[in-house]
Amino acid sequence: MRIFTNTHYDFIRWRWHALILSALVILGGFGAIASRGGLPLGIDFSGGTIVVVKFAKATSEETVRTAIDTIPGEKVVQTYGDASQNEILIRLPQVQGQEQGFQLEQGAKDILAALKASNVGTFEVRSQEIVGPVIGADLQRKGIYATLASIFGIALYIAFRFRPSFAIGAIAATLHDVLVTVAFLVFFGYDLSLNIIAAILTITGYSVNDTIVIFDRVRENQHTMRREPLDKIVNDSVNQTLSRTIITAGTTFLAVLSLYLFGGEVLEGFAFTMLVGIISGTYSTVFIAAAVAIILSKTSGKKAGAASAAVSTSAGTKPAPATGSKSAAGKGGRKARAS
Amino acid sequence: MYKNLRWKLLSIALVVVVAVFGFYPPEQKIRLGLDLKGGVHLVLRVQTEDAVKFETELTSERLRQALTEKGLTGTTVTVEPPMTFKVAGVPSQQDAEFRRLADDQASRRFDRASGSGGTYTFTMKPSEAVSVRESAVRQALQTIERRVNDLGVAEPIVAQHGSAGDQILVQLPGVTDVNRAKEIIRSTALLELKIVEAGPAPSEESLLSASGGKPPEGMEVITGANLSQDGAGGTSYYLVKQIAPVTGRDLRDARPGMDENGLPAVHFSLTREGATKFAKLTSENIQRPLGVILDNRVQSVATIISRIADEGQIAGNFSPQEVQDQSLMLRSGALPASLTYMEERTIGPTLGADSIRAGVIASVGGLLLVALFMLAYYKLAGINAIVSVAMNLIILMAFMSYIGAVMTLPGIAGFILTIGMGVDSNVLIFERIKEELASGKGARAAVAAGFDRVFLTILDTHVASLISAGFLFQFGTGPIRGFATTLFFGLISNVFTAVFVSRTLFELGLSRRQQVATLSI
Repeated sequence: MRIFTNTHYDFIRWRWHALILSALVILGGFGAIASRGGLPLGIDFSGGTIVVVKFAKATSEETVRTAIDTIPGEKVVQTYGDASQNEILIRLPQVQGQEQGFQLEQGAKDILAALKASNVGTFEVRSQEIVGPVIGADLQRKGIYATLASIFGIALYIAFRFRPSFAIGAIAATLHDVLVTVAFLVFFGYDLSLNIIAAILTITGYSVNDTIVIFDRVRENQHTMRREPLDKIVNDSVNQTLSRTIITAGTTFLAVLSLYLFGGEVLEGFAFTMLVGIISGTYSTVFIAAAVAIILSKTSGKKAGAASAAVSTSAGTKPAPATGSKSAAGKGGRKARAS
Repeated sequence: MYKNLRWKLLSIALVVVVAVFGFYPPEQKIRLGLDLKGGVHLVLRVQTEDAVKFETELTSERLRQALTEKGLTGTTVTVEPPMTFKVAGVPSQQDAEFRRLADDQASRRFDRASGSGGTYTFTMKPSEAVSVRESAVRQALQTIERRVNDLGVAEPIVAQHGSAGDQILVQLPGVTDVNRAKEIIRSTALLELKIVEAGPAPSEESLLSASGGKPPEGMEVITGANLSQDGAGGTSYYLVKQIAPVTGRDLRDARPGMDENGLPAVHFSLTREGATKFAKLTSENIQRPLGVILDNRVQSVATIISRIADEGQIAGNFSPQEVQDQSLMLRSGALPASLTYMEERTIGPTLGADSIRAGVIASVGGLLLVALFMLAYYKLAGINAIVSVAMNLIILMAFMSYIGAVMTLPGIAGFILTIGMGVDSNVLIFERIKEELASGKGARAAVAAGFDRVFLTILDTHVASLISAGFLFQFGTGPIRGFATTLFFGLISNVFTAVFVSRTLFELGLSRRQQVATLSI
């Protein structure tokens, strides 16, 4: 069984459409963020209190909301996980107060006291997380730094193994993935937590995998298709590796899907982020990384021959192209190829 | 025929055996993180300003005593927290002698500046302030460690934390009474023995009426429970000196016991130096009330009948548990500065067990989904992929077990990611082999070319993910570090299994036939 054999999709021709679609999604994300007044931050970054209680009997969010009504501040009460689990999550915002004499755990104590006092039934505290303001701000800073540092670290590696214009393409693709993922997180109502940032960091490493495979094939094709324009080389490379790209994305997607479905509520945000990241990563590799690499290579002149000689080559010859893509007069122009 | 096939298979078998031995049985060999075992994670900040203030007060008090002893009366010493104290009213004829005394007492840590009219300002040197702060954090670390060990928690973690150097991380796995643990850790447990200058009084105003509404120089007002026999509740107010002659630093031991009425009390004994100070205090103050003060609250007041040297007790309305806890805290030493909680995460034990179950189910589910797909798409070659992924997971577990890494819930997610990414490499290889076959190579040549050509690509992709895992490790604490660790080792072991193991299995499959047959791929 083979899928995607002998494909001749002209990805390069569709790159502007793809870029526009991505821009729309990302702008939509910014819009959603602006309309809610900022990124949806979990308590890890904004500080605050989260208590997850499990009731012995089914209890509605409304009951709990009424019970804790006396506590000041904007409270969030929502069902946690599967409805049959009877778990409710209660979130209190960060209390603005001095640290001197400031009881970090006051909010949590108040919640539990209020619940007990209003006789909502027996409950068990599943987990309790309280983050003070200083720690929250600290983690925000570290999270941004780690993400950016990871992107640039990987880009450096690609610049070293391939060539700088490819590295810029990789950075563009990865930044695209991060922004698209954050946009989807906002659309679907997830709060940024430490786990989600961990997933975003993982995506920066993962999304570049496909990119490397395609760049690798481009480098290889440049030897055998020396006289062809870069447009065509890249297009052919993408088509040749399409099968592999889709399948690896597919298998990783399957594994993470299992995590999303069966892995429990704690990891749900993480799994969702990875799912979006995998799809976005594949999409960005096919359309964006290659496109950016071409744009940059063109503007920096004809470096195709010289650069590939400087890059280390690997053993083994590429098999004679079974795809039979011979172009009649392919030079510079973007010829649409019917598949 | 394939050379070395036997050796390759043997070495693979050996690796599997060593790996399985490393992590089986998992309950004993794998360390679980807090989010899987249940427990509490705390981050505290040491208020190092307190330690600096204490050092300033101590030095100023020493200087004041030295001045009194040498007869330089008429001078006043006032403290301006946190780092400064002033001496005023030094008579000019005794100026030189004052300077000598001051240098004796304070020059090590303080800079002296002279002002007009016989006033001197002493400011703590910045380098000294830094060293006081650092030593406060170190001392707090040790004190907390002792208290945590005394609590009887298995495998606790107490460590310095944070970029500013003044935070302490405490992890207590399996702790159920979180509030008690937090109180014990945070309580300053500062014991002070001071003479009660005035009081008990029912209100602060009545206490201070004799001194004109404000506490006299060098004294402060503190509270205590109403100790009178009429049984009414409420607080009483006492006037005591700011600086205590005998403190918890002079303790040798503290044990739970009983007082004269058979009620729970803490019995303490003093060190030799402490005993000397205590003897001096009591012999100079016969018939005066002695206050036993814990964390700035008066616990009990007793009249000094005769000189006491090396023992005492703290009695009050204590329960047996409180007396136990109090002795524990006194034994571990007072904290040099107070602590504030910055972060607290508690995972209940049931959640921990549920998380493990969910993680295992998700892992098995992921493995099954991927395995089914690989079999369907790559047919028999899919078995190679499944075997190499399974081996990857086994080696990963072994790595975790051998280096004592902690398994957390995100770590289990890392497992599942390793399944997905492990299969990536196999797909890469298989697709290449297909291409080689399509271009007309025979089965053996196709396999060889496929593996050779793809090896560098596999390396490149793994390095990129390893870089991101590295930053993840640096960024995260606890659970996320667990994830970074599984990702890291999963990637490394994947290079071995996807390339070496899978290839060996291919060669095994192809070694049977003399004629090159078709590959089931």
